[in-house]
Amino acid sequence: MTDILSLEAFVKQVRRDILRMVHKVNSGHPGGSLGCAEFLVALYSEIMEHNPEFNMNGEKEDLFFLSNGHISPVFYSVLARSGYFNINELNTFRLINSRLQGHPTTHEGLPGIRVASGSLGQGLSVAIGAALSKKINNDSKTVFVLMGDGELQEGQNWEALMFASAKGVDNLIATIDLNGKQIDGSTDDVLNLGSLKSKFESFGWKTLELEEGNNIELIISKINEAKSHLGNGVPIAILMKTEMGNGVDFMMHTHAWHGKAPNDDQLEIALAQNLETLGDY
Amino acid sequence: MKKYIDTGANDTRSGFGAGLTELGRTNPNVVALCADLIGSLKMNQFIKENPKRFFQVGIAEANMMGIAAGLTIGGKIPFTGTFANFSTGRVYDQIRQSIAYSGKNVKICASHAGVTLGEDGATHQILEDIGLMKMLPGMTVINTCDFNQTKAATLAIADHIGPVYLRFGRPKVPNFTPEKNSFKIGKGILLNEGSDVTIIATGHLVWESLKAAEGLFKKGISAEVINIHTIKPLDEEIIINSVSKTKAVVTAEEHNIYGGLGESVSRTLSVNLPSPQEFVGTNDTFGESGTPSQLMEKYGLSSKNIITKVEKVLKRK
Repeated sequence: MTDILSLEAFVKQVRRDILRMVHKVNSGHPGGSLGCAEFLVALYSEIMEHNPEFNMNGEKEDLFFLSNGHISPVFYSVLARSGYFNINELNTFRLINSRLQGHPTTHEGLPGIRVASGSLGQGLSVAIGAALSKKINNDSKTVFVLMGDGELQEGQNWEALMFASAKGVDNLIATIDLNGKQIDGSTDDVLNLGSLKSKFESFGWKTLELEEGNNIELIISKINEAKSHLGNGVPIAILMKTEMGNGVDFMMHTHAWHGKAPNDDQLEIALAQNLETLGDY
Repeated sequence: MKKYIDTGANDTRSGFGAGLTELGRTNPNVVALCADLIGSLKMNQFIKENPKRFFQVGIAEANMMGIAAGLTIGGKIPFTGTFANFSTGRVYDQIRQSIAYSGKNVKICASHAGVTLGEDGATHQILEDIGLMKMLPGMTVINTCDFNQTKAATLAIADHIGPVYLRFGRPKVPNFTPEKNSFKIGKGILLNEGSDVTIIATGHLVWESLKAAEGLFKKGISAEVINIHTIKPLDEEIIINSVSKTKAVVTAEEHNIYGGLGESVSRTLSVNLPSPQEFVGTNDTFGESGTPSQLMEKYGLSSKNIITKVEKVLKRK
């Protein structure tokens, strides 16, 4: 295993990328991106067997789908720093003629992206399809998907949850980013999700919980625990509690930074809390 | 007047079923999904022969479209099957984002399109689906006219890379196109040569157009009949060539005149060859319960109404 210190250094650099990307274009979604930096770094650096020489079909490699596409900054940063494309391209985020669209898309041919996402609630279905494709191909690798908690308000997810257990899609690990926040406020206030653990379990999923979803060591061990349940005839979920805006003190404990970029002064403060580790793009 | 023989009425959905069965035997990458309408879509034989390549998703069309998109990753060619209404309007955003925008090789196969679905009524009789689907960038839109053509189209779309909407129907209709015809996506078919007017038809209205041409022939009017099975990409060449000769056009489709084949033909002609045009189609209305033939008659989707529109357009030449 890569040592934890170097993974944490990777996370710090990803945070800088996220902050600088959204600051430059004064748009984008830093809050959720920062909340999932440890998870994406864990997946791409430690968990997944994947090939940055990108091939859409992704045979004989683990696949990742991002359902809550608005956290594209963290996805782009991790992909670039995992070798999918040059980190300098992060400079083009949300600019015209860029492959780094506001929400991820295959349309511009950005390596690492296998489906467009942004309109919420669709990623789990697509991940299930990719998992079924692997089963037909006798490909024993795993499909991962990350979903937001707010997007569970979309009904399609519950169609997909029902399907995956009914049909024994057991080569799939779905992680739910439980940051408890969405655009209009807390998920409790907007539309209370109730007990997700009991909901997922009653839908037939092996449901694991991770209380500290910003602790990369615990993330890795939880995903490894999830992997130990693969192939048992049931799909696997990780309910992962995260802190939106994690790593930047004034962006934490609020939903204010869901879709808002820092100004010049705020960027300076935020970057001072996350010093350069791998080199800025 | 070229004569077309009905070799025995059959439903276009059975043409789809026959095509899918053949694909099951010839193309190992073809997989199928259905949302609780196996019998209606005639998918039974494919499922019997390829149980591991079939996915019953239940009454959950949104999930079906997403799963289909995902299945393409790994090289599968998914064919989804449900009614036209549930294949389009119900799942428009899933198709838009996960399939069309993502450029996924999914074949959306839609039965029971239009009023000829019959007694179930307007909740199930979509007349807007061609418009919805042709507006999606990169989507190929096909509406077949009989059993043979539907079977041929089903085989052809498996070889086409990219998302396709294949529209067909429920009732038994005359089967008159050649059994062995190869299906060329985007190529119209000249069914009858004529000099006074061009009738451009798709789907169930093709047979009505041939009947209309016979009736017009008896009245001394020479009608050219073109079958446009692929509404997008549209065969502009065959349309322009014909209308530059006849100088008048009537379009016929089992679809709202807003957004259908007729409007695509209009756009082509207004840019290239402005010409008088009349429209046979439903006129911004929902359908209702009734038998298919009663509904075709009531909504003007008939050879009789095509003749009326031809006579009208000829006065505008």
